[in-house]
Amino acid sequence: MTGTITFRRKAVDRAMKWAFVLCACLVILPLFLIFFDLLIKGAKELRWTLLTDLPRPVGEAGGGIANGILGTVVITCLTMSWSVPIAVMCGIYLAEYGRGKFASAVRFTVDTLTGVPSIIMGIFGYILIVLPMKRFSAWAGAAALSMIFIPVVVRTTEDMLRTVPTTVREAALALGIERWKTTLFITVRTASAGILTGILLAMARIIGETAPLLITTLGNQFWQTRLDQPMASLPLQVFSYAISPYEDWHDKAWAGALVLITMVLTINIVARVLTREKK
Amino acid sequence: MKKIHGVLAGILATLAVVSFAFAADPLMINGAGATFPYPLYSKWFYEYSNANPGVKFNYQSIGSGGGIKQITAGTVDFGATDAPMTEEEMGKLPGAILHIPTAMGAVVVVYNLDKVETGLKMTPDVLAGIFLGKITKWNDPKIAELNKGVTLPNADIVVAHRSDGSGTTDIFTNYLSTVNTGWKTTVGAGKAVNWPVGLGGKGNEGVAGVVKQTPGAVGYVELAYAKQNKMSVASLRNREGNFVMPTLEATSAAAAGVEKSMPADFRVSLVDAPGKDSWPISGLTWLLVYKDQKDPAKGKALVQFLKWAIRDGQKMEAALDYAAIPTPVVEKIDKTLRLITSGGKPLY
Amino acid sequence: MATRSGRNPKDLAFEKASAFFAFVVLFLAALLFAVLLRESLPALRKFGARFLVSGTWDPVADQFGALPFIYGTLVSSFLAILIAVPLSVGAAIFIDEFAPPWLKKPVSFLAELLAAIPSVIYGLWGIFILVPVLRDYLMKPVTKYLGWIPLFKGPAYGPSVLAAGVLLSIMIVPFILSVSREVLATVPQRQKEAVLSLGGTRWEMLRIVIGQHCIPGIFGATVLGLGRALGETMAVTMVIGNRPEIFLSVFQQGYSMAAVIANEFNEAGGIQLSSLILIGLLLFLVTFVVNLAAKWILSKMVAHASRGI
Repeated sequence: MTGTITFRRKAVDRAMKWAFVLCACLVILPLFLIFFDLLIKGAKELRWTLLTDLPRPVGEAGGGIANGILGTVVITCLTMSWSVPIAVMCGIYLAEYGRGKFASAVRFTVDTLTGVPSIIMGIFGYILIVLPMKRFSAWAGAAALSMIFIPVVVRTTEDMLRTVPTTVREAALALGIERWKTTLFITVRTASAGILTGILLAMARIIGETAPLLITTLGNQFWQTRLDQPMASLPLQVFSYAISPYEDWHDKAWAGALVLITMVLTINIVARVLTREKK
Repeated sequence: MKKIHGVLAGILATLAVVSFAFAADPLMINGAGATFPYPLYSKWFYEYSNANPGVKFNYQSIGSGGGIKQITAGTVDFGATDAPMTEEEMGKLPGAILHIPTAMGAVVVVYNLDKVETGLKMTPDVLAGIFLGKITKWNDPKIAELNKGVTLPNADIVVAHRSDGSGTTDIFTNYLSTVNTGWKTTVGAGKAVNWPVGLGGKGNEGVAGVVKQTPGAVGYVELAYAKQNKMSVASLRNREGNFVMPTLEATSAAAAGVEKSMPADFRVSLVDAPGKDSWPISGLTWLLVYKDQKDPAKGKALVQFLKWAIRDGQKMEAALDYAAIPTPVVEKIDKTLRLITSGGKPLY
Repeated sequence: MATRSGRNPKDLAFEKASAFFAFVVLFLAALLFAVLLRESLPALRKFGARFLVSGTWDPVADQFGALPFIYGTLVSSFLAILIAVPLSVGAAIFIDEFAPPWLKKPVSFLAELLAAIPSVIYGLWGIFILVPVLRDYLMKPVTKYLGWIPLFKGPAYGPSVLAAGVLLSIMIVPFILSVSREVLATVPQRQKEAVLSLGGTRWEMLRIVIGQHCIPGIFGATVLGLGRALGETMAVTMVIGNRPEIFLSVFQQGYSMAAVIANEFNEAGGIQLSSLILIGLLLFLVTFVVNLAAKWILSKMVAHASRGI
């Protein structure tokens, strides 16, 4: 049959194949460019003191982004401290009990929230927390971030629980184990790697969020752990350094970005390894 | 499940450790506003907190418009602005506010032209023409006429301005409105105006960043930003007809005229000031504090800081390209600081 | 999991507890919508439908219209789609049809990593790398020779709607790519083999099966990518130029809905703040409709595909 394929058709086939190869290369290329630039430009300021020192005033050499790293850790933990239980429980409800109109409404809402631009969650935090408290604060930032975090984790929790075969639940119930115990200690446990992966991926996402923090946590050039006060965060520092006119701040923006991407990618890779182990 | 527990426990433990480790937080006083004095304030707050470890001043440069909005909403302990609050804005405040002048600065015209050195001459009309979009090429005869001997490129002029509400814009547009009727009638003056042309940058940092990144760009920033970034600055013809370069001396010269006529609330404009050496686009910058402080501890710390700022703080100004507040004015400010109270008790 | 009468009270309590958390999520979403609606009401009352068609954004005169932001958002997102869709679909076909087995995983993994990069880092890279490169090697030559075309009218500043579109396209590629791969996977293997056995080349096979099966799915992926692009904030504000005006030329600056909220929110008060929140509400509604459309198209397609087998 191959004899019927004319030269012209063969040539077109070749050309298209290479066009697809080119597409794949062009898709991957920016990733390498970004990483290359981050490494080259970020390395300049990447000293130990970058991770341990506070920012210095404009024009003074040295100084670091330690407050931003701490702020990001605190705000992320704060967000997760209430978002993880809410999201996982909501996911359990949808997967194990979720039928009828109420569950459909919740599912629809969660889907909707997943697509809402993050800056709008910032407005949420500003109006509901900053204005009544009369203070930019870590609380407001965490409120905004949990609106991003919760829907993602609800979705993955539900999906992961659904992958647990019904036979597992039935076997447990047949053994006389109470239903709630079955859900919590058998079903959820079976899906735990998947759920944890979802949590970690959502965590990586909120670590890199900038826009909502701009109008909720505001930023801070000092150490700060009081949650009702403006707090620094790494993405915000990268942003303000990036749009500044100072060469040494540009270098710090690159170095900060390198630290940020390292955090985000580490969590991403841990998450992936977790799912792979289970499979 | 175990894994989830383990990770969650780890995260919560980190949070707990972190918060306990810093339980003894110093008093944090938050402020936000003008970007014009940001280099000075960042230096002040850094030095002041080194000398007084018990109190920290967090300052975020979000623009003068932002400073006024946030102090009005009460979300910050002090605001900062380079444009005095208008009567209308003050009407929205929950209490009386004081304008405390902290420094004087110059708004300068910066440009990014490859082979043209600093000091390109401009008249008020040329400047207005550029920002009105009427002069669009660098080799426009109106510019060339003033700069004989300078080879001007046949390049497009890229105007850069502030995208946020800004005191720097207020000073700059006030100046253009004062010297050019075309500007006054079509655009006007304010912290944010409807720009006829140009690119928006956020903050003085943003505009300086845009100008540095864009060949052929022209913008206006605070003198300190221009100097620190080694940017080319234009020389402007002032009221007396002299071309002057923006320097500390030229800024101080502009202030000399108003020293005696300084109003009691310090809300005064220095643009197009008289004097043969005066830089025409000069301005004061203020910290905004409520006359009656809700929190006595914070109020006290704020007053202590302000006392330091108008005396010791002034010594740091020149190094950062700000002109110090003249001594007679400092004495006036000192009297004003004594008016700050908390629950009726003076905090000075 | 049928409900039985006379259930264990603990079971019931657990169910109720989990339902409570589901309710919390519902409540938070309702709260978000209520906040947006209430806070945008003053601007809605003052400007009404004029808000959508007015191009004035004048804080001095307190006159606000969202048109330049809507325009900038749409044009930059459209450019992003224009660049990202062919590339992602091509790359998806490469991974699924042409790549040697050892290469499939790494390529798709790397593409997924693009989705993990925080947008502020895209913005940083955009300001210092992408914008100068676009300006010097694309915009300058094009304005020089093709500047008479209104779409490419100079001057070439750098920060522009085009730069935002290019940066956005990089950001949405991973989403379109992964949905495209799912779409390709729905094509029945038998059908592919049938075309090949009739003497078709690989490309002819792909053209036929994609034409028959995948167009709606790829359209769904495109709409999903659009939903992403519309709401992107930091990366766009860092490269788009932040100028509330409408230009035909993609080399000129623009502004986007998300960007103006990020830039002006902290300084705006009164009617300006309300206008910003109204823009937020519009953005919320637009992304909602777009995402809904994408989901609808994709679910239709899955139903169609499962019927086909």
